[in-house]
Amino acid sequence: MASVVEDQVKRKQADWVGWLTASQAFWVFIAVCAASAFLSFATDSFATSNNLFNVTRNFTFVAVIALGMTIVIITGGIDLSVGSVLCLCSMVLAVVMHAGYGIEVGIAASLGCALIIGAFNGVLIAYLGIPSFVVTLGMLSIARSLAMVVSNNTVVFQFGPDHDKLLLLGGGAWLFGIANPVAYMLILALITGFVLRWTRFGRYVFAIGGNEQAAILTGVPVRRIKVAVYMISALSAGIAGIIQTGWLGAVTTNLGAGMELQVIAATVIGGANLAGGFGTAFGALIGSALIEVIRNSLGLLGINAFWQGAFIGTFIIVAVTFDRIRALRQAD
Amino acid sequence: MAVLELQNISKHFGAIHALSDVSVCLERGQVVGLMGDNGAGKSTLVKIIAGNFRPTRGTMRMEGAELVMHRPIEARQHGIEIVHQDLALCDNLTAAANVFLGREMQKRVGPFKVLDYSGMYRRASQIFAELKSDTRAREPIKQMSGGQRQAVAIARTRLSDAKILLLDEPTAAISLRQVAEVLNLIRLLRDQGIAIVLISHRMQDVFSVADRVVVLRRGRKVADKSISASSFEEVTGLITGAIEHVL
Repeated sequence: MASVVEDQVKRKQADWVGWLTASQAFWVFIAVCAASAFLSFATDSFATSNNLFNVTRNFTFVAVIALGMTIVIITGGIDLSVGSVLCLCSMVLAVVMHAGYGIEVGIAASLGCALIIGAFNGVLIAYLGIPSFVVTLGMLSIARSLAMVVSNNTVVFQFGPDHDKLLLLGGGAWLFGIANPVAYMLILALITGFVLRWTRFGRYVFAIGGNEQAAILTGVPVRRIKVAVYMISALSAGIAGIIQTGWLGAVTTNLGAGMELQVIAATVIGGANLAGGFGTAFGALIGSALIEVIRNSLGLLGINAFWQGAFIGTFIIVAVTFDRIRALRQAD
Repeated sequence: MAVLELQNISKHFGAIHALSDVSVCLERGQVVGLMGDNGAGKSTLVKIIAGNFRPTRGTMRMEGAELVMHRPIEARQHGIEIVHQDLALCDNLTAAANVFLGREMQKRVGPFKVLDYSGMYRRASQIFAELKSDTRAREPIKQMSGGQRQAVAIARTRLSDAKILLLDEPTAAISLRQVAEVLNLIRLLRDQGIAIVLISHRMQDVFSVADRVVVLRRGRKVADKSISASSFEEVTGLITGAIEHVL
């Protein structure tokens, strides 16, 4: 009897270890820890509270959007418009507040704008069957153009009567001294992780990415779920835009330019599969962290910042290659 | 009383007559082999029974009462389940997740309704045991054999109190050993009183498990007879047109 119980315990432990080591996010986490340990010894400035504060705060904006992007990528889609949506939502917030409205109105207008854009993308993708790449590429251009229109292509740095509230929202540290952007990111990651793991919606997101036709045949409301997924992605860009505006204290029309590529890179490095069906909230965070650690380390080690793209690109290829090798091994 | 009666069912797609005046009866605990060449109308007939298509003409009666369906979900509500040829499985999910896809069990935790993983694993394992399959509820589909995949697709139909089961080419593209597993599953379900429609191109499978064979050719029924009174040669002749009809 005892040996049966021991066998079961051993099998459970083996399952757990197998699950952990099969997770790409786990290995990226190890890479982040190893890089951090190396930088702590190799430089005097990495392990300082100031630098760590900057590192954690810097990657939050990418990480928040990567959470939404992860959900899109799990369904087998892509959202190229997030950088521009971030810019437009920031600009809507800034312009509304600059016009004298309170922060609540500004945030509602900004998030409402994000939801409308997400719904527009989602309806075209889910109901008209237009590829997500095409729709969101178009939206990338439309949203940035609209940001220029609403601001007349100027920098907005005065936010009316609630100016200080907005700066505190992005720059404060309300929760145990944790920078607000980091706290928001952690809360959003917990919510995303919960939704993906424990809700029907999360299950359907994975099912659509795994086999959309099967999901349709089994009665999953595929179109509605897809619309919701693109709304969540745009919403995450809107939230990141609001936080970033509060942190920067100014909005320009080139805010978030090229950010979609960083976000997709973070998501893929964190283990999301561009073919759909796989991805985690933790992976989105850890992928974003790795990109920021690379960026930070290049500066601290005195390496030309132009190398940043090469390093990130290499990590994307390495991550996808490992994923491919693992899939081939499982197929054998 | 027949569990399902199709009377003079016709289905036209514009000028194309996919089905013309087809009448078929399904009895409890009986396997009907539905055979015919490509384009004979088998899939159209099954899709009408499964609620995907509405017939252009004719009536369906379930246990004596007229049955009119507009969506597949209505067929499911009436106890009609279908196992599609491609099985409609998600490779990235576990067996249990696939069994319950679209019908997930939930439990309340505080203000939230969350997925009841343990309940679904337990129930799926129970169904696999009933089906005498070695499929494990927690195992991902991508690691499964063809027979285990069939078991998962069939397990779905056991969640409800199915009266009719439509199996679309369940033995296509699986190994001989797995074919035997699937045929055993069909016998097991038949013995539980379920009326089964087996669409197959594999004559030996139909003759192995079916009680009756219905042959369609160019949208018309050309045979409906007991399997014991028929033969491979006769059915082949009916499918190709070498034999006109034996009704």
